[in-house]
Amino acid sequence: MIEVAGLSKRYGQKLAVDDLTFQVRPGIVTGFLGPNGAGKSTTMRMMLDLDRPTAGAVRIDGKRYTDLKDPLTYVGALLDAKALHGGRSAYNHLLCLAQSNGIPASRVGEVLDTVGLTAVAKKRSKGFSLGMGQRLGIAGALLGDPQILMFDEPVNGLDPEGIHWIRNLMKSLAAQGRTVFVSSHLMSEMALTADHLVVIGQGRLLADTSMADFIRTNSRSYVRLRSPQQERLRDVLHQAGITVVTAGNGTLEVDGVASEQLGELAAQHQLVLHELSPQQASLEEAFMQLTAGSVEYHAHSEPASGQGWGSTGGEN
Amino acid sequence: MTTPSTPQAQYGSVSAPEQQWQAQTGYVSPVPLRRATLKDALASEWTKIRSVRSTLWNFAVMLALVLGIGTLIALALSRRDMPPGESAVALGFVGVLLGIMPVMTLGVMTISSEYGTGMIRTTLTACPSRARVLGAKAIVFAALTFVVTLVATTLVSAVLLFSLGGRTTGALWGWATVGVSAYVALIGLFALAVGALLRHSAGAITLMIGFVLLPLVLALFLAASPMHGLQDFLLEYSIPSQLGVFYGTSMVQGAPGGWEALGIMGGLTAVFLGLAFFVQDRRDV
Repeated sequence: MIEVAGLSKRYGQKLAVDDLTFQVRPGIVTGFLGPNGAGKSTTMRMMLDLDRPTAGAVRIDGKRYTDLKDPLTYVGALLDAKALHGGRSAYNHLLCLAQSNGIPASRVGEVLDTVGLTAVAKKRSKGFSLGMGQRLGIAGALLGDPQILMFDEPVNGLDPEGIHWIRNLMKSLAAQGRTVFVSSHLMSEMALTADHLVVIGQGRLLADTSMADFIRTNSRSYVRLRSPQQERLRDVLHQAGITVVTAGNGTLEVDGVASEQLGELAAQHQLVLHELSPQQASLEEAFMQLTAGSVEYHAHSEPASGQGWGSTGGEN
Repeated sequence: MTTPSTPQAQYGSVSAPEQQWQAQTGYVSPVPLRRATLKDALASEWTKIRSVRSTLWNFAVMLALVLGIGTLIALALSRRDMPPGESAVALGFVGVLLGIMPVMTLGVMTISSEYGTGMIRTTLTACPSRARVLGAKAIVFAALTFVVTLVATTLVSAVLLFSLGGRTTGALWGWATVGVSAYVALIGLFALAVGALLRHSAGAITLMIGFVLLPLVLALFLAASPMHGLQDFLLEYSIPSQLGVFYGTSMVQGAPGGWEALGIMGGLTAVFLGLAFFVQDRRDV
């Protein structure tokens, strides 16, 4: 159980995290979602007491992180796969972590086995691929067999097999009753793994909801219509009290009316339809709409004209 | 995982009773738990320092300089070259002075490489007490440096004494081995503190080399100027002449003795380590 209360972080003029309050519960995977620069990593670093909050507090099972005397056995975290000394072998990297928390050295072999790095245990991690680095980072997180696990963008740079492995790992960890908190900027990834969603944008909380609720409320379903007699079709629908939106390319979109009803209506008036298809907006679109106002780094299709650099600060 | 799974109540909805969570802490680990102590941190830092190549390289260079230069001097000189009343042990000075450089480099790297690689975030996640991490690093590094330097200085003193002869006293032998090793360990510790403050390898190493060499160079430039007071001060308290004190040689008459040299370096190191403890506790990583 992680409780975040009124957490804020200011870097100079920029408020990177703005009064965040939410809870991460055991037994489920909680997704921490937001566009790049939303403050996800900063929030996670504050959870681990690496960054000092400007205001607010984080409690891990009711305690401050600094008060956990053997933190690896409470919280396992993967912040950055590259957060290790490349000159040290995978085995020694994990060994020094285990020793600092009084964890028996035999655990090192076990977690190396879990993540499938036993064969390269004695190799220096400098030569590891990004995916192997992620696995080593996860091995470090699992070392203390903790109740709480935190992963910052764990699927970044992984191949499909690795992504599949991480998804299943997170689900099985949650199924064992652990608290799993995972950040991502990809809605589609979260839709596959998370049971609960915490969405932030520009450091502010945008949504704190179960995945099912998020899908229900945010995935707009509509019917797309195309007809050579578009004007007549529009009049007919209008007379029936149905709101129509013209969506370019000669298509019409109707919200909240079943496609069967629309088809029958067109048939009654002997209108030719070239398309009558129920559509569902993707979660990715829903996410983009939710965070539209708070995306830090917009890509512009045209070169910016004399506006200068709009935003300051960065992901770190 | 080798751990048995523990089926738990599902917390599917947001409305789960919040006040009850402590009773339902979910997963319970079979890994034996005990509170981590400074001893654990020391074991961890020992694993760290022995498992990177820079430790091996820097100490190898240090040993090569101390033993190599000492042996060369022993070969180049004969017993007749030794001035009466001077001990051959004192000729080990040049090698040790140069050997300080790799020790300082290692001292800086012991902490700054953690910042450079990002390892520090992993380290502090595992051990949130930053004072304990820095303390364990300082103890392990200083102890290792002392032992390695003691081996080097003892060997080189024995080689010089054996081949060049001359008289030596127990006190001089002690200062040239144990005293010098303690002094070198303190300089290394000072470098570690500077590395912790700057968090940048190249910058801290450059600063430390300047700290050792600059006062002496400056003093040479001041030779023609009327600032004799400052020149004497720089000559007396520069690292090379402070190190010379341990061998019974000094550039200036009435320069401080061995205990005083250790005291000065110890005080300086204590101040900078204290500063490092203070600053790193307030910084974001």
